[in-house]
Parts: sequence; C-alpha cells; structure tokens
Amino acid sequence: MTIASTYEVALAMIVLGLAAWIITAQKSFAAAGGFVAYGLLLPLVWVRLGGIDVALAEAAIGGGLSGVLLLGAAARLGTTETAVVAERPGVLVRLLASVLSAFIALSLAAVVLLLPDPGPTLAPAAVENSAATGLGNPVTNVLMAFRAMDTLLEKVVLLLALIGIWSLVPDRFWGGRPGMRHEADPRGVLAFLARLLPPLGIVIGLYVLWVGADHPGGAFQGGTILAAMWLLVMMAGLMDAPPISRRWLRLTLIAGPGIFLVVGLGGLWLGNAFLAYPSAYAKPLIVAIELAMTLTVAATLGLLMAGVPERRA
Amino acid sequence: MSAAFNIMTIIAVSAGAFFFFAGTIGLLRFPDTLTRLHALTKADNLGLGFVVLGLLLQAPSIRDGLKLVAVWLLVLLAGATVSQLIARIARQDGASG
Repeated sequence: MTIASTYEVALAMIVLGLAAWIITAQKSFAAAGGFVAYGLLLPLVWVRLGGIDVALAEAAIGGGLSGVLLLGAAARLGTTETAVVAERPGVLVRLLASVLSAFIALSLAAVVLLLPDPGPTLAPAAVENSAATGLGNPVTNVLMAFRAMDTLLEKVVLLLALIGIWSLVPDRFWGGRPGMRHEADPRGVLAFLARLLPPLGIVIGLYVLWVGADHPGGAFQGGTILAAMWLLVMMAGLMDAPPISRRWLRLTLIAGPGIFLVVGLGGLWLGNAFLAYPSAYAKPLIVAIELAMTLTVAATLGLLMAGVPERRA
Repeated sequence: MSAAFNIMTIIAVSAGAFFFFAGTIGLLRFPDTLTRLHALTKADNLGLGFVVLGLLLQAPSIRDGLKLVAVWLLVLLAGATVSQLIARIARQDGASG
C-alpha cells in the first residue's frame, strides 16, 4: 500500500469514526463541536478527490457557517435538553428508525457502487467548451454558464431560508435588529482581532472571488469569508447588526439573484435563450454577476447567523 | 540540492507531526482547561510552524511560499485569540474540567 492510499484509508476511517461519534454524542453541544471538526476533515477528502472548489465550499459552509448555526442552536437548546433526552421513544419507534436509516445508507451505497465505471460524465464536454466564456476554471464555467439556472435557483433558496428565519419575528420587532447586541471589552483580545483581521479578510474574500475565474474559488467561497468578517465585527461589539428594514440591506440581499435574472432575461432578447450570454461579453457579465452575488451571499449568510430580530430598530 | 531540500522537508514536517501528536496527547491527558490550552498552542505554533517550514522548501515560487507563511501567521493569530477567550471563560467559571 502506498503512502497516499494509506493516508486516504486513514482519512476515511477518521471521517467515518467522527461521524459515528457525532451521532452517538450525548450532548448536542458536543455533537455540534464534532460537526465543525467533521466539516474541516471532509474538505481533505474533497482535496484528495481533486475537487478543490468543493473543498473550499465545504470548509467555509459545512465547517464554518453551519457549525456556528448548530452551535448557536445547541446553546439555545441547552436548558431543555435533559428533559428531552429523558423521554426516550418506544422500542418499536427506535427499531423502525434504525431500519429506515440502515435502508437509506445501504441504498445510497448500492447506488454508488452500481454506477458504471468510468461513471457517466459531462466533464470533457465542459472542459472542451470552456473557451466559450473566457474563464479558465471549469467549475466556474459550469456554475455560471452551463448550469447557470441551478446557481440562480440556489441563490434564491438562500434568500428563502432568510425569509424563513425572518418569518419567525414577533410583530413588535418586525424591521428591528437581529439577535442580541454583543458586548465585548473594547480593549479586549476579541475587539483587537475584529480590528486586525477584517482588512485582511476582505482582501482574501475578494481575492477568492477574483481567482475563481481561473482557479478554485468563486462567489460563494469569497462571500462566506466576507460574511465571517462581518460577523466577527458584530460579535466583538464594534458594530451593531443593521435593522432588517433598511433599504440598502434589502437591495444587497436581492442584488445577486436580481442581476442574474436581468442578465438572464437579456440573454433571451440578445442571445438565443434565457441565461445565454452574448459570447463577446460573457466574461464581464459573469464577473458582474459574481461580484453582486458575493455581496448578496455575504449579507445573506451574515443575517442568517445574526438570527431573528429581537430588538426594535 | 533537491535531495538535501527533500531531507530537510522530511525532518521539518516530521518534527511538526511530533508536536501535533504531543499537543493532542496533552489535550487528552492534561487535567484542566488551562494546561490543555497550553498543549494546544504547541500544536499550533511549533507543529504548524515546522510543517510550513518544511513545505516552504518545496514551494514552487516565492508567492506560494508567502501564502504558506501567511497561513501560519493567520492560524497563530486565530489560535492565540481563541485561547485567550477560552482561558478567560475558564477562569471566570473557576472550572477545572
């Protein structure tokens, strides 16, 4: 066995072992902590599979933002957790649940194992036609041009998630500021980090967006880094979360999908189909959409984390 | 020349792996939060430092080398900040576990 395959087997074992540990963990806070580690190990698997773009997204979204959301949820559940854990469901329910879970796991394994080898793929077609857009990263090509519809809908889903959270706002706080006001020692270490890191983080976020044209990276990964910087500043108490009724905030939230839609409809008129870019302007149009998308992703993710408005504007 | 670089890389990355290993053992075996944090910082500072040092010798360009150093510095910054925050909470709670 070579060093590389030993590493891969060890990595797979660690990922599976950690997943089992998360499922069996007694405390939801510990499980959420384990999930963060899991979300950082999974990117290593993606790197081994050659999916650097997926690895970046997984680390940022799976490990980072989902982890923070789960930790927040676990902290909220903390007071009622012992009561909930105490009421165990009956044997029949647990048996049915485990049979169903095992069935799904086995079906997934069967589907993956039954795929023809080599699997059906459109990758050669995507690489072959990459000249059409002037972008060097085939993943960005697929996301922004060949399967642009999926990406557009994905961004709308993100917006729907935020609307879902906002629909939980009590009437008297509608339009108010999300979450609690964070207080931190203005001369403390967190405030220091929140002053030092954002300039670097903003540059790195925009860099990740920009290199996404030719290398792994893109709007989602860049936007996540920007969102993290925003959250850091809010958590350190240096800046309050904006009231959700602000017009500029609403405009930022719809900028990405909005410009995407406008360009898409323009394609109907100038090109030959919805979301077809006129080939001479393909790259500038895609960069414009990605820039707007980055801001939208950053604002949306930041507000998803900030939570339900609990204060007046 | 490249053989010498390779040997130095192997030595440095192995030293890094050793510090990660020692840090992990410390995290598992040390009795309270503060000493565990102390063990963790060894993994961050020295472990990652040695790994980066080893990989610097293999970096294809100065730009890539600078990126590696930047990664190490950012991890140092994040690690130091988080350690401070955890340590402060541990002291406030007076918790030993």
